[in-house]
Amino acid sequence: MSHAESVPSNKVTAGTQARRRRSRGPARYSALDIFRRGVTNSDWPRSFRQHDLAKSYDVVIIGAGVHGLACAYYLAAHHGITNVAVLDKSYMGGGGSGRNTAIIRSNYLTPEGVRFYDRSVVLYQNLAADLNYNVMFSQRGHLTLAHTDASLRTMNWRAEVNKLQGINSSVIDAAEVGRIVKYLDVSDRPRYPILGALYHPPGGIIRHDAVNWGYARAADHLGVQIHQQTEVLGIETAGGKVTGVRTNRGAISASIVVNCTAGWATTISDMVGVKMPLITHPLQAAVTEPVKVFLPSVIVSGSLHVYVSQTDRGELVFGASVDPYPSYSMRGSLEFTESVASHILELIPSIGSLKVLRQWAGLCDMTPDYSPIMGVTPVAGFLVDVGWGTYGFKAGPVSGEAMAALVATGRVPEIISAFDLARFADGRLVGEKGAASVGH
Amino acid sequence: MILIDCPYCGPRNSTEFRHAGEAGRKREVTTNDPAVWRRYLYQQDNPLGWVRENWFHTTGCRQFLCAERNTQTNEIRWVAPAGSPGPDGASNNGGAR
Repeated sequence: MSHAESVPSNKVTAGTQARRRRSRGPARYSALDIFRRGVTNSDWPRSFRQHDLAKSYDVVIIGAGVHGLACAYYLAAHHGITNVAVLDKSYMGGGGSGRNTAIIRSNYLTPEGVRFYDRSVVLYQNLAADLNYNVMFSQRGHLTLAHTDASLRTMNWRAEVNKLQGINSSVIDAAEVGRIVKYLDVSDRPRYPILGALYHPPGGIIRHDAVNWGYARAADHLGVQIHQQTEVLGIETAGGKVTGVRTNRGAISASIVVNCTAGWATTISDMVGVKMPLITHPLQAAVTEPVKVFLPSVIVSGSLHVYVSQTDRGELVFGASVDPYPSYSMRGSLEFTESVASHILELIPSIGSLKVLRQWAGLCDMTPDYSPIMGVTPVAGFLVDVGWGTYGFKAGPVSGEAMAALVATGRVPEIISAFDLARFADGRLVGEKGAASVGH
Repeated sequence: MILIDCPYCGPRNSTEFRHAGEAGRKREVTTNDPAVWRRYLYQQDNPLGWVRENWFHTTGCRQFLCAERNTQTNEIRWVAPAGSPGPDGASNNGGAR
């Protein structure tokens, strides 16, 4: 879901800087603090500050979504690199990070993918404590329904790959599906009856805005500067090396630039002449009015091109596959709502009278193999964390951790080594289509 | 929704069509170099702005069309049978897949 957020507009003044110097580190959020501030009627400190753009940074990260913010946070927290600027042409977390359907899981198809996404699940499990920010991670289970023998075969394949990597994932039959989700029609009535499902108990949903804000707050407290409304217009290079970026607020010199954008990743990479095998597609989602909580787990149907989960507030969040043509337009379409509604009623007939509250779209950079592109490029100092298709949010923490390690050490961490840009020229694709196309 | 003015059938909703990729892409048939073949398979331009592309009218005339569309706004300013030279005279042959 996307929530409107207020963008802090104040500059750091001499007075607030002095107050910050006097304070002993960031204010910790706690129940006691809520009580204390309630009694004393005192204001909460701002989560993150706004700065003037400096002339130079050690690292410039383009894109203040979960990937860019996590990369900045881990650079500061794990590697002590704090002279970092995170730039965003719009507001923080307003792209894919605020438009996704917030599903977290690791039941992928390839061993490389499963290991990678599972590290993200582990990081998400500890994120609220690490960031001192309630990210509302709810591991309520994830069901990928199979309506055909072919999809049941893929589920079995995924379950075996998952088990080999130590992931809690198994294939269950239709009766078991019906026991877990009472309102699901597991009879022979639908045109595509449910034959079984891949059940992944550690999967779940999270509050995506809280993840963005938590990373931003923690990174800010460690000295990272977040610059909203700062659009990168060009990237300067000399002798095959990055030397800086040009923005609408002035030029910055930096020897390392990390492209953490989604949707517009090719427009950034084109600035340094690095061609990316990406095609941008819109992905739409919708949310209903809130009702009493009845849906215990995330439900995905690849055959019916729909997935649904219920938030803690009671709204049903729907998504589908990407729009069937490339576009950078984030407009919703009636076709999407009609198709999602007709398909979800095949699964859960009892929600027929629910009203759709709103719908929206985000942009997905689709790669040929449905795996991301992470690591170095032919231009020294220009690193990429792109190609996040429909699975970017669930990979935010692990991507940030790995990209920070790459920036700090200059070596590609093992966990992302399979996702390099050169794999397309070398023919080493990491095919995740069977686990990533509709399933979130 | 995108309205595509099919030269055979008239204006129709884009849901009647299948997007068929960039116009004018050609395989390099004189080489068997895997790198060249992979570049053809995986690498496409992904411009923000005007693009020339092919559509197939699946539930209409079942003909390939060539169109100019703005990827930011989805506005379509030119449609013609596939292979027609563009409004600028450039060839679009070799595109329909």
